[in-house]
Amino acid sequence: MSEPVLSVRDAELRLGGRTLWSGLDLDVAPGEFVAVLGANGSGKTSLLKTVLGQHPLAAGEIRFAGEPVRRGDRRIGYIPQQRGQDPAMRIRGRDLVRLGVDGERWGPGWPSRARRERVDSLLDAVGASHYARVPVSLLSGGEQQRLRVGQALAGDPLLMLCDEPLGSLDLRAQRVVSELIDRHRRERGFGVLFVTHDVNPVLGMVDRVLYLAGGTFRIGPPDEVLTSAVLSELYQADIDVIRSHGRVVIVGAPDHSHHEHEHPVGGA
Amino acid sequence: MNDWWTQLFDFSDYGALLALLHNSILAGAVLGIAGGLIGVFVMTRDLAFAVHGISELSFAGAAAGLLFGIGVVEGSIIGSLAAALIIGLLGSRARERNSITAVLMPFGLGLGILCLALYPGRASTKFGLLTGQIVAVGDPQLGWLAAVCGIVVVGLLVLWRPLSFASLDAEVAAARGVPVRFLSIAFMLLLGLAVAASIQIVGALLVLSILVTPAAAALRISSSPLWVPLLSMAFALVSLVGGILLALGASVPISPYVTTISFLIWAVCVLAGRRRRDRRTLGATKGVLAA
Repeated sequence: MSEPVLSVRDAELRLGGRTLWSGLDLDVAPGEFVAVLGANGSGKTSLLKTVLGQHPLAAGEIRFAGEPVRRGDRRIGYIPQQRGQDPAMRIRGRDLVRLGVDGERWGPGWPSRARRERVDSLLDAVGASHYARVPVSLLSGGEQQRLRVGQALAGDPLLMLCDEPLGSLDLRAQRVVSELIDRHRRERGFGVLFVTHDVNPVLGMVDRVLYLAGGTFRIGPPDEVLTSAVLSELYQADIDVIRSHGRVVIVGAPDHSHHEHEHPVGGA
Repeated sequence: MNDWWTQLFDFSDYGALLALLHNSILAGAVLGIAGGLIGVFVMTRDLAFAVHGISELSFAGAAAGLLFGIGVVEGSIIGSLAAALIIGLLGSRARERNSITAVLMPFGLGLGILCLALYPGRASTKFGLLTGQIVAVGDPQLGWLAAVCGIVVVGLLVLWRPLSFASLDAEVAAARGVPVRFLSIAFMLLLGLAVAASIQIVGALLVLSILVTPAAAALRISSSPLWVPLLSMAFALVSLVGGILLALGASVPISPYVTTISFLIWAVCVLAGRRRRDRRTLGATKGVLAA
């Protein structure tokens, strides 16, 4: 097996005096797709923030590409959740992608042919060329997330961190966006750490699942982790995992949102 | 009626006045460029209200400068920078920022009024700080105005890309290692300087017409990262220089001319932008359907 792109060793994260998880060991290989699941507040997003060097660990170590993580590594791509009220809504699609190309560099960045071509090729890679000049606010959620993928690809990432990238998308857009991320990780060989509250849109793509619950965790292929026995042990409660038509439904997890989107279950 | 008209517009001896006031026109042009440019970020970062707050504290500083003989310019810069720093340090979120601004604003205004009340000098000088000057801009005043505006423009150009990234897309910018917090403070300081410069020409109460209206107008008719700043600078420049030219022979301050031109440009842009947006939406829908 090739050298892991991300390597987490005996890591512990504390926030506001509370331990979110401890003893976490995780290796992400190049081209591997790892879904991060768990209830709200279980530290899924915080895991991404520690990989980005924004949260220090209480114990343990995280290495990216063989070195301790630091802030602002261009080789880590980041795709956030689509949000309607962001100021980014006011700019055009191609300008959003361009921020990913050279947004962190000092100076005004005068227009250049090289940069234009780079943005064009990224737009092309995510199938966003035909709406690149339209303000982001006029685009659908799925179209906006394609631009986000293009923006994140701009740094030629070795690792892609996705924080609920399918949140507030309809089912069709969820499929389009997750397939886009999946295709590019296969073609370009970057590892993916994919935080999601619903595993179903990516169930056919993930290699492994990291399930965080109650300060502890379980890692493995979806078939081994997403079972009634494993989740009941993680949550210390009776959890039923029901498989139906290739989809996974988790019943009984505290403040879970693993239910089918077509039939929202209360109690979140 | 006719009397009012000659107070507002009087173009007799225009050539002689023009020669006399060419410093004011230069000052207007310089301020237009800096104000139009920084206005783009004021809009993106949603700082319009903060600009108003800074300008009231800048007014207080100017009034104190007048009273204690430190100098109006020095006082207004100190006041602006102090307000900008307080708002920048304490108000990283929009809601906090708005409440801090709302707290600072009356405090600054009150302090300024106190200093002016104690100042024994001419009343028109006092009034000018709030609503703008009629007086000619002298050589030293033009010099410092150009220097301050120069710092603002050069500062913005250096910070341009990371500041845009942080303003438009803070989460991804932070993930990329853009120093979001540092940029926020640095921007507030530049904004403080721009406010202090604007106050000398249009007065503390009307600063928004230079630092917000032109950028708001530009954003109505364009989303291009190149055209929005260029248009915004052009609008601010036309408002200021046009206002000064119209006001030359009049016996009222220049600010109503500046604010009216700036408002009219905005109104035209709103109408033009509405038509453009309808077309865009239609075009976008077609494009998506065709794909």
